[in-house]
Amino acid sequence: MKKLLLVLASSAAAIGFATGASAQEKAKICFVYVGAKTDGGWTQAHDIGRQELETALADKIETQYLESVPEGPDAERAIERLARSGCGLIFTTSFGFMDATIKIAQKFPDVKFEHATGYKTAPNVATYNSRFYEGRYIQGQIAAKMSQKGVAGYIASFPIPEVVMGINAFVIGARSVNPDFKIKVVWANTWFDPGKEADAAKALVDQGVDILTQHTDTTAPMQVAAERGIKAFGQASDMIKAGPETQLTAIVDTWGAYYIKRTQAFLDGKWETTSSWDGLKDGILTMAPYTNMPDDVKKLAEETEAKIKSGELKPFTGPLKKQDGSEWLAAGAASDDGTLLGMNFYVEGVDDQLPK
Amino acid sequence: MGIVEAILLSVITAATPLVLAAIGELVTERSGVLNLGVEGMMIMGAVSAFAITQITGSPYLGMLAGVACGALFSQLFAFLTLTLVANQVATGLALTLLGIGVSGMMGESFLGMQGIKLQPIAIPLLADIPYLGPLLFRQDIIFYLSIAIVAGVHWFLFRSRAGLKLRAVGDSHASAHALGVSVIRTRYLAVMFGGACAGLAGAQLSLVYTPQWVENMSAGRGWIALALVVFSSWRPWRLVAGGYLFGAVSISQLHAQAFGLGIPSQLLSSLPYVATIVVLILISHNRRMTLINTPASLGKPFVPDR
Amino acid sequence: MRIELEKRAKVSTLFSILSPFIAFLLTIIFGGIMFALLGKNPVMALYSFFVEPLSEVWSLHELAIKAAPLILIAVGLSVCFRSNNWNIGAEGQFIMGAIAGSILPVVLYDWQSPLVLPLMMLMGMLGGALFAAIPAFLKAHMNTNEILTSLMLVYVAQLFLDWLVRGPWRNPGGMNFPETRTFAVDAILPEMIASGRTHWGFAFAIIAAVLVWFMMRYTLKGFEISVLGQSERAGRFAGFSSRRMIWFSMLLSGAFAGLAGISEVSGAIQQLRPVISPGYGFTAIIVAFLGRLNPLGIVAAGLVLALTYLGGEAAQLSIGVSEKVTRVFQGLLLFFVLSCDTLIHYRIKLVFDRLTATNSEGSR
Repeated sequence: MKKLLLVLASSAAAIGFATGASAQEKAKICFVYVGAKTDGGWTQAHDIGRQELETALADKIETQYLESVPEGPDAERAIERLARSGCGLIFTTSFGFMDATIKIAQKFPDVKFEHATGYKTAPNVATYNSRFYEGRYIQGQIAAKMSQKGVAGYIASFPIPEVVMGINAFVIGARSVNPDFKIKVVWANTWFDPGKEADAAKALVDQGVDILTQHTDTTAPMQVAAERGIKAFGQASDMIKAGPETQLTAIVDTWGAYYIKRTQAFLDGKWETTSSWDGLKDGILTMAPYTNMPDDVKKLAEETEAKIKSGELKPFTGPLKKQDGSEWLAAGAASDDGTLLGMNFYVEGVDDQLPK
Repeated sequence: MGIVEAILLSVITAATPLVLAAIGELVTERSGVLNLGVEGMMIMGAVSAFAITQITGSPYLGMLAGVACGALFSQLFAFLTLTLVANQVATGLALTLLGIGVSGMMGESFLGMQGIKLQPIAIPLLADIPYLGPLLFRQDIIFYLSIAIVAGVHWFLFRSRAGLKLRAVGDSHASAHALGVSVIRTRYLAVMFGGACAGLAGAQLSLVYTPQWVENMSAGRGWIALALVVFSSWRPWRLVAGGYLFGAVSISQLHAQAFGLGIPSQLLSSLPYVATIVVLILISHNRRMTLINTPASLGKPFVPDR
Repeated sequence: MRIELEKRAKVSTLFSILSPFIAFLLTIIFGGIMFALLGKNPVMALYSFFVEPLSEVWSLHELAIKAAPLILIAVGLSVCFRSNNWNIGAEGQFIMGAIAGSILPVVLYDWQSPLVLPLMMLMGMLGGALFAAIPAFLKAHMNTNEILTSLMLVYVAQLFLDWLVRGPWRNPGGMNFPETRTFAVDAILPEMIASGRTHWGFAFAIIAAVLVWFMMRYTLKGFEISVLGQSERAGRFAGFSSRRMIWFSMLLSGAFAGLAGISEVSGAIQQLRPVISPGYGFTAIIVAFLGRLNPLGIVAAGLVLALTYLGGEAAQLSIGVSEKVTRVFQGLLLFFVLSCDTLIHYRIKLVFDRLTATNSEGSR
């Protein structure tokens, strides 16, 4: 009892201190997450980035975050709370936080905001995104080399441009190796439900695909692929543990570099509104080691990766046709970023119909 | 293996946790208690099964831990609603809230670990029957248990003395009490059975369906199980039919998509729910049959007069 | 040792008032122990949960915003539950109300007039009520259990909204992201007070609570609801129709849920998106019972529950606990509140009967 009282007394003192101690000269960098920081996918990747940031600039900043924040009014409240608690720079890491970020940013003109994957900016709101599709293109090439049947399965989450872009890049990559390559798409209508993702994976394998790729967050499809003895690609993080003999490679989200770069700019007073869309060359995404494939495939993948990094190769370069056979890009023409960011059509070779 | 068999195999895996959680809730509700905490007990079962499997290396011990944890967790609900006669609906929902939170805390150190799968056990002779063998007799122990439990519950409810007492408690706790049946004790046990089954269902998720632990991995299956109990009109075998129907429609819609039918995926995804409603409408026309099987004291608190 | 309950001769007024405070005290003690065990500062934690959100004006507004849909839905549900109609699909009715109410600002976005807003609210109520009419019809005329139908329809509503915002209702200027146009000014539920974001949805919730309270207490309809809820047979003798009551209670709660949906969309989100509710329809069930199915109790319960959400966020920041811990704490609070309500109707006695096991416990 006595001990408890002591704890209580010291805590009471701590509250008093806490209000006074905020005068410390460390900048506060804050994050709003849509999922749990341990979700093993999207949010976890951001949280790893946050930790890297904290380590890199440990003496100048401290970080804070709110996790599992639902989109909508809850997001507005969460962002406002962070803005009021003295955060200087706030990263909001889900597309659905876009309007909430813009609204709160108007209220707090002195606070800087960075919104992931959106398209609305303001004097104090920047946006950032990653060219995940570059990785998908490489995966497509690998798939076309590795598949015996020439059909890959694609477990998709929701039909947003980001996902559609990924599907297209995968197909374009695959068709650059095998012009007859086909993919089957299943929309799981969830980012996160291991059971349903596994069911989707099984359905695809049962229908004869021998390569799986996913745009959902759990390792369940990888496990199914391992069980059925086919190959698969990981998503968001290196899933090699789930399929030591299954994973060919994975697109790994590595936000840390970007967070450090922007925070440094913020500390130096050089922060500006930007809409950055970094790719493999900037290290915002990296490819997990190329495993479980013959050396020639590995070599092709590495070469493609190098070409994308150097800018020699742009995945969305003509000649490309849309799914209905109409011309999209003439030979040699590269797509502009605007079309990609709002992508709502398939290219030739996708065995699915996009919800319109 | 043909495509039909492949689909059926996936259906069995998807339906087993639903059937298990639902059969437990069926017994609970037959005793007159409505426990809306199935989702919470299920997720607790999933996390403890996974944790113990990781620690001991034995998925069988893990499975037992899932059962034990589900049963134990349900007793929190039982204490509140039976001893303290707290409102069952609200307590059940609060149990779900608590289960999701506690399982997340417990599971934090097990995230990202590779699961150990409960391996199938081939039953000699039967496993070699063409078609049926691979489907029904090369399954994991939890599938066999699910069928055994349903059969056992059917026998218990309609053929045994104790089952008669349990139904009496659920139909009219006052009369059952007057006849000397201990209403509260019966209900404690029924709730515990429900918890154990939900725990086993959770273990199936983290040991068979997708051998891994991620937060919230039950993803609403506890709610579907609750609906299935209603669907079954509190009859065990009908519940199995409902669970498999739901599973079959869910899996088929994925196949339809992979096949490239070009129907909006949202429409396909909503089919399992719509199908369940439609079938329920078709079978619940007979008002008297439904009433006979509905536990009349469901959700009503009981306090013995002394 | 075991616990025995003894029914009080009449409801204890003392404990109806006192029991929430006892529950609160127990939560503080046990919650404090939990935080201490986690190595967190318990006083700081409790301070962030219960005091910090109430200590600033903006945060009070947020509290009202968060509580409004919970209260409005729960008030409607209380009528359902009191009359023994188990509508657990308020989440679906919330969504359909939001969709129906959004027809004007999304499809007829060119039409701007002061009429838009009231029409939106009416259509929201209509949308919710019509969606609730499905389980009502099925129960009243096809004898289909409403627990299953109303719950399953939630998923249907969610997928329908998903389809709408990704397909036909997608904002043409929105880079093909799944959301509708942002509502025009005429279609936005205005803020109530200048000091913050609280919109009129909160007023709707309070008005609804008072109206239903009045109805339950002073009108024949209220009496009918209680009688039919307690015993269908007794209701029939009194000339009340349980079939009509199914329709009445389901449509009423559907309309309230729908109004909550369109208020939330119009007042707080200002567009439709694939997910517009973090489970309000389900949380409202807890709120309804926490408020003892009494509309005024529900107002208090809604505010308390909203407070724990806000407090949970504050605690994440101030003491760095995970969001899971805050959820466990929330569960703890609910458990104590629910169990302390026992005191209103019962006396709790501890019985030590190791030697005198004479009652029915021994005979099985």
